[in-house]
Amino acid sequence: MTTPLVEAEGLVKRFGDLVAVAGIDVRVEAGEAFGFLGPNGAGKTSTMRMIACVSPPSAGRLRVLGMDPLRDGPRIRARLGVVHQEDTLDLELTVRENLLIFGRYFSLPRPVIRARADELLAFVQLTDRADDRVDALSGGMRRRLAIARALINEPELLLLDEPTTGLDPQARHLVWDRLHELKATGTTLVLTTHYMDEAEQLCDRLVIMDGGRIVAEGSPRDLIERHVGREVVDLRFTDDTERDAALTRIGTDGVRAEVLPRRLVAYTDDGDRLVAGLGTAGLHPAAMVVRRAGLEDVFLTLTGRSLEE
Amino acid sequence: MSRWFGPATVRVIEHQAAVQRRFWRGSVFGYVLNPVLFLAAMGFGVGGLVAEGSGKVDGVTYLAFVTPGLMAAAAMQTAAGESLWPVMAGMKWLRTYHAMITTPLGPADVFAGIVTWTGLRATAGGLVFVAVGAALGGVRSPWAPLAAGVAGLTAAAFAAPLAAFAATQETDARFPVIMRVGIVPLFLFSGTFFPVAQLPAVLRPARFASPLWYGVELARAATLGRWDPTLPVKAAVLVAVILAAGVWGRRTFTRRLVQ
Amino acid sequence: MIPIPPDRRPTAGPVFERNLLAYRRMWGAFASGFAEPFLYLLSIGLGVGALVGTVVGPAGARVPYEDFVAPGLLAAAAMNGAVFDTTFNFFYKFKYAKTFDAMLATPLGPRQVAVGELVWAQARGGLYAAAFLATMAGLGLVRSGWAVLCLPAAWLIGFAFAGAGMAATTWMRSFVDFDWVTIVLLPLFLFSATFFPIDRYPDALGWVVRVSPLYQGVALCRGLAFGELHWTLVGHTAYLVVMGTAGVTVARARLARLLLP
Repeated sequence: MTTPLVEAEGLVKRFGDLVAVAGIDVRVEAGEAFGFLGPNGAGKTSTMRMIACVSPPSAGRLRVLGMDPLRDGPRIRARLGVVHQEDTLDLELTVRENLLIFGRYFSLPRPVIRARADELLAFVQLTDRADDRVDALSGGMRRRLAIARALINEPELLLLDEPTTGLDPQARHLVWDRLHELKATGTTLVLTTHYMDEAEQLCDRLVIMDGGRIVAEGSPRDLIERHVGREVVDLRFTDDTERDAALTRIGTDGVRAEVLPRRLVAYTDDGDRLVAGLGTAGLHPAAMVVRRAGLEDVFLTLTGRSLEE
Repeated sequence: MSRWFGPATVRVIEHQAAVQRRFWRGSVFGYVLNPVLFLAAMGFGVGGLVAEGSGKVDGVTYLAFVTPGLMAAAAMQTAAGESLWPVMAGMKWLRTYHAMITTPLGPADVFAGIVTWTGLRATAGGLVFVAVGAALGGVRSPWAPLAAGVAGLTAAAFAAPLAAFAATQETDARFPVIMRVGIVPLFLFSGTFFPVAQLPAVLRPARFASPLWYGVELARAATLGRWDPTLPVKAAVLVAVILAAGVWGRRTFTRRLVQ
Repeated sequence: MIPIPPDRRPTAGPVFERNLLAYRRMWGAFASGFAEPFLYLLSIGLGVGALVGTVVGPAGARVPYEDFVAPGLLAAAAMNGAVFDTTFNFFYKFKYAKTFDAMLATPLGPRQVAVGELVWAQARGGLYAAAFLATMAGLGLVRSGWAVLCLPAAWLIGFAFAGAGMAATTWMRSFVDFDWVTIVLLPLFLFSATFFPIDRYPDALGWVVRVSPLYQGVALCRGLAFGELHWTLVGHTAYLVVMGTAGVTVARARLARLLLP
């Protein structure tokens, strides 16, 4: 068995009285795409910062690439790539210069950096913008440049904090496309996101975090099947009496549902059967939608809250 | 096109004043400490040396000579500080101007508002200068309070072109250059610290191109109580600068904010 | 794979390199930095100098005012440059541009960041000081060969104020706090025997000036420019060394805590 790239046991991060990460266990194996999913304030970014060796753990054990971040921070960082949530691109430099100087931070020889910068610009489709100032780039281009920059040292592990937050749909898909490409060539990805579709798109395995703890772990499909079933029926009612009647009816079939004001979210393997059952019982919701279950539903069942506040 | 000045301009001034209240410490420093320190160092320190040397400058003590010069120069500094980076912030960094023009205010109102506001601030600063100068003995004439108005006029003559220019810029890269190549030489050579007559003959005519020189001349006439017939012309030059830059600024603000 | 061993110890070199790269496009700002002290020299030295005539120099004899004020301006310029670089510029990179966060995603650590920025500020300051010194010599304002040592003296002043400035910046929360920088700097600039000799002050104030930081630099530069090698120059030098070292030590400790929370 090979050493996991990230190995955390009982990992804790405290800022004064605030507990950002409340003891988590995580293993990321080589070649995986691993995700931290959760709402703002769940502790994802704090966890990422610890893995990136820029935030010492308050307690617990953490190994990155088999080394201790406290002792070997610079050596670990030499083999990591990091894409920050906020742009940390150098606005005073051009697109290409951003890559060149970043290579120098890794003490790479200039000819190597130049060659690699050209390849990476092509990879993120920014070759024709190479001599523009970063200021002039769109949000999506900046994010792609940030990804290219994080790859300048050919990292074994790429950390991405909210890689597509704030991007328009087209730009998001372009970023996902590049990340898929990296995955296919064997780069290990660790990312945080609060987008369900992103996690389902990119992650082989993920943990759902809430309030600094891990509340579930598995592959997206696993989590959906284990916690919510294949389909979701979203029912709206004109008042709560009707809702309660429907709840009693579907309860007799052993179907679990989330109770919300004038609304039920039921988790089942066969949505059509559930709807038919309600009709037979003379219950007619004001509106209903049957759809495929997603991670949003997993999150809702696990925490009773919507992911996007 | 909106009016050059009207109720809408006043709204912008109110906004500027509200922002200012948060930065009271810097303002107190600028208004009070700045004149006290400069007048003490230049008027008393260097003034004492001048008294032992050539004695009087332009027929008065060095303190009396340098006080109006420093007052006008301070007005220019205020204007430069208020019209470059803050305008960039309003246009680009914080986009407060974009927020303003979603209301009945127009780009020209924003421009007029910040220029007027700068003039008002400099007038207030000028009053403090007159008071400090009077306390230290550098100001004697009963006409001296007029110098505060001159400070306001001088500040507006700098604020208008600088704000108009700032609205055309994408980054603040040129601002430090303007400070060092424009503002600093004017500060040092506009008759502020020594009479222009001391400059080499070839350089002397350059004073006519310096808005600060007109401000210094007018302020000095007020604090020393010396009337001469060129004063209305000098005042007219400052007004002309403000109006010309006003035309430019209304255009650059509109072009930048309404696309 | 990476063609060089990742164990290679990171150095501050690339931080310096980054600033050089960014500055290439800002040559106007760079070049205009030479002009400012030069213009002060012309205005205050020659302009006001013509009104003043002579003042009592460091040796007690009367000397032309421009000779007297030039070393003072040199010291003040060294202070201003160093403080500006390590307060406004540093804070901008730290809080807004996130330049340092990006650097810490590489083998570089807070130590390399602090040292790189400091060396950069010093290199620029040194260039400006050398140009100013050359101008002084060109205008005939230098009395002694020892004046060459004004260059390392300017460096030392830069180091002392850069250290203090960087340490102070680690406590700044927003640009509003930078009012304090001006509040401290302006009195130092005006009252460190820069523009008029220390004997013009009342006795008590004179002692305040004697223990203030820029005065050390002014007295050091003036002593060297006039070739008056009094033993007090050693005291001024020691003061500046201690100030800079203390500043850098505090800044390093604070930066590590701020950058690696």
